Order: sequence, then structure tokens, then C-alpha cells
Amino acid sequence: MYCPKKEIQKGLAVVIPFAILLFIFVYGFIGWSFKVSLSAWDGVIPNMKKVGFSNYVELFHSRRFNMDLWNTLFFTVLFMMICVVGGFILAYLLYSGLKAEGLFRTIYMYPLSISFIVSGVIWKWILTPSEGINKLFQMMGFNATFGWYTSTGHIGHYNVALISLVIAASWQYLGYTMAMFLAGLRGIPTQIVESAMIDGAGEFRIIRNVLLPQLKPITFSALIVLGHISLKIFDLVYAMTGAGPKFVTDFPGLYMFETTFRGNHYAEGAAISIIMLLLVALVVVPYLVSTFRKED
Amino acid sequence: MKKGLTVLLVLFCVCGLVFAQGTTETSTQKAAEKNSVEIFSWWTAGGEAEGLQAMIDVFNKKNPGVELINATVAGSAGSNAKAVLATRMQGGNPPDSFQVHAGHELIDTWVVSNHMESLTQLFKDNGWMDKFPKGVLDIVSYKGEIYSVPVNIHRSNVLWYNPQIFRKYNIQIPTTMDELFKVCETLKQNGVIAFALGDTSAWTATQLLENVILADAGPQKYLALWNGTCKWDDKDIVKALNDYAKLMNYVNPDHSAYTDMNALTAVAEGKMAMNLMGDWALGLYQQMNKKEGTDWEWTIFPGTKDSFILISDSFGLPKNVKNRENAIKWLDVCGSVEGQDAFNPIKGSIPSRLDADKSKYSDYQKKAMDDFAVKTIVPSVAHGSAISEAWVTKVNDIVNVFTSDKDVNAAIKDFQATADKYAPNN
Repeated sequence: MYCPKKEIQKGLAVVIPFAILLFIFVYGFIGWSFKVSLSAWDGVIPNMKKVGFSNYVELFHSRRFNMDLWNTLFFTVLFMMICVVGGFILAYLLYSGLKAEGLFRTIYMYPLSISFIVSGVIWKWILTPSEGINKLFQMMGFNATFGWYTSTGHIGHYNVALISLVIAASWQYLGYTMAMFLAGLRGIPTQIVESAMIDGAGEFRIIRNVLLPQLKPITFSALIVLGHISLKIFDLVYAMTGAGPKFVTDFPGLYMFETTFRGNHYAEGAAISIIMLLLVALVVVPYLVSTFRKED
Repeated sequence: MKKGLTVLLVLFCVCGLVFAQGTTETSTQKAAEKNSVEIFSWWTAGGEAEGLQAMIDVFNKKNPGVELINATVAGSAGSNAKAVLATRMQGGNPPDSFQVHAGHELIDTWVVSNHMESLTQLFKDNGWMDKFPKGVLDIVSYKGEIYSVPVNIHRSNVLWYNPQIFRKYNIQIPTTMDELFKVCETLKQNGVIAFALGDTSAWTATQLLENVILADAGPQKYLALWNGTCKWDDKDIVKALNDYAKLMNYVNPDHSAYTDMNALTAVAEGKMAMNLMGDWALGLYQQMNKKEGTDWEWTIFPGTKDSFILISDSFGLPKNVKNRENAIKWLDVCGSVEGQDAFNPIKGSIPSRLDADKSKYSDYQKKAMDDFAVKTIVPSVAHGSAISEAWVTKVNDIVNVFTSDKDVNAAIKDFQATADKYAPNN
């Protein structure tokens, strides 16, 4: 690419201030958090005595943090699955020429416009065991006593109470994946689909062999965004369920907040936040690497 | 030319962003300028804010030349305020006086780290040493020195119950843990939820546990437990843990969806029979227009009749404040009969002084004040008096799990581990 020297200089002049700020306020502070996580800071007064990785070791031995990690795994998997599969189905229905497409699109995308705090409070009310949707089922004659987010039941490491959070989060983000898939579907050249139909392919074969492969990049980036949300989830959990009985709906973000700002266990909180950073990096870095590779 | 201007504009915006700080320093700047005093609290809700203002009015009358700056930080039982306070104290910019729960919340955070001035001489000069119960003075002291002036007192060991349910099933008010369990069993067999628990916020369950421990172990052992000298596998403590686990069998199964207010409301509406809550519940019942005698009644938690579990807000004097003399004048008002009688009737708590004007208080408050003067006073765990915040948050976590899985042996181990780490006698 031809880039005159003056252009490069001007470019640098714009970028460098931001780079410096980014370096200080993001990377510098991450480094500071890492330093705190290696210290013995427990209480309001800083105590930077080095204790190696013992905070991390303690965390991985603690019942609460282990549950957090399992909850994150199951919540992420369920949330992604429902949003991607559900979003695709909705997008396909709209793509296939459903009437009043504009209306349905709007309905499904409205939840995206409210914050997790609002939807958290609403779903908390809807799923309250004694007063919420259970009452509706009871009026219809069913014996509805499911505890929703107060249930301490579990199947292996999967806490049943998570389903409440999955419902609330998926309800909100189905519109997002639907919109992405709809745009993706519209972007597929119609000749390919038409030629497949002429060749005698049925609807499901067309979906499987023609549409889905074309949607791979969109699916991939949707997964990244959803994973990014679920790994750092805090506001939905805080507003809707809190940590829950026996921590069935606890997540690392919530644990970090409570232990740092209520309990003043700063080193422990810093360790949790570094672990969260690594988890998100696990998801985001491969994505970035693959996109950069493609551009070359 | 156009590109150059664009670059300049961008650079300007960046610099603007860097220097665009909010003016969060106004109150402290003001305090330094005139003859003033800055007090810091989280009393922003209805009754408390009014009560505080009434006490400020007393101060203004007594000190007409001094401007009192009422710096408050709203939110969440003071957790936001405590974060702001921590920043200021460590930044060398302490408020002239600040609200803090009497006891270990102050001592383990600010006294042991040498941020607070001793107030023993102030108490002696004002003749206060015999105006407060000794139990209270013990709670606000550390190594023989007093560090804060308690303003209001709430009681934690109060049981609220629905009198209509009690009358319907001919239930006597329980006075011991055994009687409580008999009452629970009777109610359970009649299909009534005996005990309401609302532990969306962790502290409500911890508050219930501290009451059960007090009932089964008595005040001396309670104090010993929370200063680390009594171990968690002591037979009375083990009995208390077993009793708590047993009580969980009579508690509403969806307790984690209920807030403390929801649980109190459920009792007043006749959905559940009993609830343990501090006596600020009175204010809630008044607001909801629930009537004593028909909707709710109160008694002391079974087994704790001779004790008074104390929750108290107090004000201290940080070192190196800008307006030390005015801060002391504020503390004078906090500890005076006038100041306390201005604040407490409005807030619904009782004064920490023994010689307050009883005519200003309601019937419950009068009875509470009588008890306060003679019963054994012990600090509350859930509300920052008995142990440090670091320890309380760990206790809350353990109580959360214990409430659901009722595993006494695991609880003993976990509680002892946190005690080993955080108890002062170690």
C-alpha cells in the first residue's frame, strides 16, 4: 500500500494519545490488578506483601468459586445454544417470507433495548415461586411448585436454578442472533438457493447444505459476542437472583464484586478478576487471530 | 489544511477528556474555606434523613457561627458510602466525622490502622462515663480507649408474629427454643408456614443464626465465640447450629426469593406466622399501616429475654481533620440528651443514653429503653458490631450454604476456619 510519510505521521499523531491512555488505563491497571492478586491485601488498608499464587490456589479450592466456574460453563453453553438455534429458526421463518415481517422483527428486537437490570427485575417477579408464573399454572390446574431460581436441585454439576437466568438472558438476546442471521441469509445469493431447488433438494437439505455453511462466519461472531456477555455476566444475576441459596446462581463477576467491595478482600477479588480476564481472552484471542489471518 | 485541523481537533478532545474531572471535591473545599464541619453518613432514606436533620438543627442552634455540611452517599446499607470513606481516609482527606456501626466495623477498619482519635477524654469531660450502659461503652472501646459516640440503638432479638394465627391455633408465645419448636410443629401440622425467612440479602440469615446462638449458648459464650476464645465445636454452639438446621425445616422453602421486607409483610398478611427482625420493622409496619394487635405483635426471641442484641450507629473523630474543634462540637451534640432525643423518635430507634426524655418515645420504644438499661448487652454480628466486615462477609457465605444443606459438621469446620483467620485473639 502506498502511504506517504506525511500521512503516516498524521495517523500516528491521532493514534498515539489514545494508545498512551489505553496503555495506562487498561493495560497498566490490569498489571496493577495482577500485582494485587499476588499480595495479601485483605481489608481496607493495603497490604502488598507478596504471597505468590496462594490466592489463586485458595480460590480453586473454595466451594463457591468452583460452583461459579461450573455455572459459567453451563450458562454459557445453554445461552449460546438457545440464542443461536432459536435465532436461526426465527430468522429463517422471516426469510421464508412470513407476512408482517417488520412487526415480528420489531417484537423480537425490543428486548435488546432494555438493560439487564430491568429485565432481571421483571423476570425475578415472573419467576417468583409463590407469586409468579407458578400461580398461573396452578390456576390452570397444574401442580406447579418448581422453585425456579430458589431451587437447589442439580443434575451433576448443572444447577437447575440456572434455567431461570438462561430464560431471561435468551429472551433478551434472541433478537440479536435473529437479526444477524436474517442479514446473513439475505446476503446469500439467490442463484445458489434456486439452483439447489432445481436440483430437487428438499427444504431441510437446502438449510443444511446451502444456507448453514454460508452462515458460518456470522455464527462464529455471534458465538463470540454471546460468550463474551455470558463470561462477564453480572447485572442480570445481581438484579434477578443474587448468588442464590448455596450459590446455585453465583458467577465470578458477582463473587468478585461482593468479596472486593463488601468484604474488602481486595487480593481475592483481584485474583478472580484476572481469572475472568483469562477466560474471556480464551474466547476472544483465537477469534482475533483468525480474523487477522484472513485479512492477510 | 483540513486534515491538520482534524488532527488538532482530535488531540484537543483527547486532552479535554483527560482533564474533564467532575467536581467531587466541592464539599471538602467548602469545609476548608469557612468555619465549618463536614459530617459523612448514608442516612438518606425517609426517617433517617429527617432524624439526622433534626439533630443537625440542634447543632445549628447551639453553634450559630458554624456551617454544618451534611455529606451523604446513598445506597445499599452504606456499602457505597464505605467505599467513598475508604478512598478519603487513605487519601489523607478524612471527613470531620463519619457514621459507622459501633464496634468492630470501626475498630477493625480504622482504629487498628491508627486513623482515629481516642474519645475517652471527651467522654470524661462531658460526664458521659455513667450515662451510657457499660455494655455499650465496652463495644465502642478498644484496648481501654473509647473511639466513637453511639447515637441510636436498635435491637436485633425481636420476634414478630401474627396474633390471629396464634389465636386460631391456641398458641402460647414461646419463651425457649424447645417451645418455639413445639409451636412450629403445631403450625406445620395445620398447614401453616411457621417461620418466615427472607434471605435475598445474606445478613438476614446471619441475624437469625446469631439469635439462635445467643439463645442456646448465653451471652458470655456468645461474646467468647466472636472474639475467638470459644471454639465452634463447643457443645452449646453445636446445639445452636443443630437448632438452626432444625428451624430451617419450618421455614418457607423459597426464602431466597424473599427480601427481609417481604418476610415481615408475609407475617403481617397472615401468610406466615413468625419472623425474626430488628426493631426497625416497626417503621415498616407503620408505613404499611399494619396495626399492632391485629396484624402483628412482638416478643423477644425465645431464649434471649435477658439479653439485648445491639445494633448501633455512631460517630467518630478521624485524626488530622480540617475542623477538629467543630467536629468535637458535633460529637458533643451526638452524645447529648437533646441531640439523641431529636434523632431517635423520628428514626424509630432508642437513644444510647440512659437519661433520655421517655415522654418523646412510643410504647415499644419505652419498653426497649427499659430493657436496654438493665439487660445484658451483646453486639450484633450481622450488623458490624461484633466482628470485622471481612469476617462477616465470610460468615454470610457459610450461612448461605448452611441454610440450604443444613450440614452441621461442614458448618463447624468452615466457621472455625474463618474464625482462625479473622478473630482478634489470634
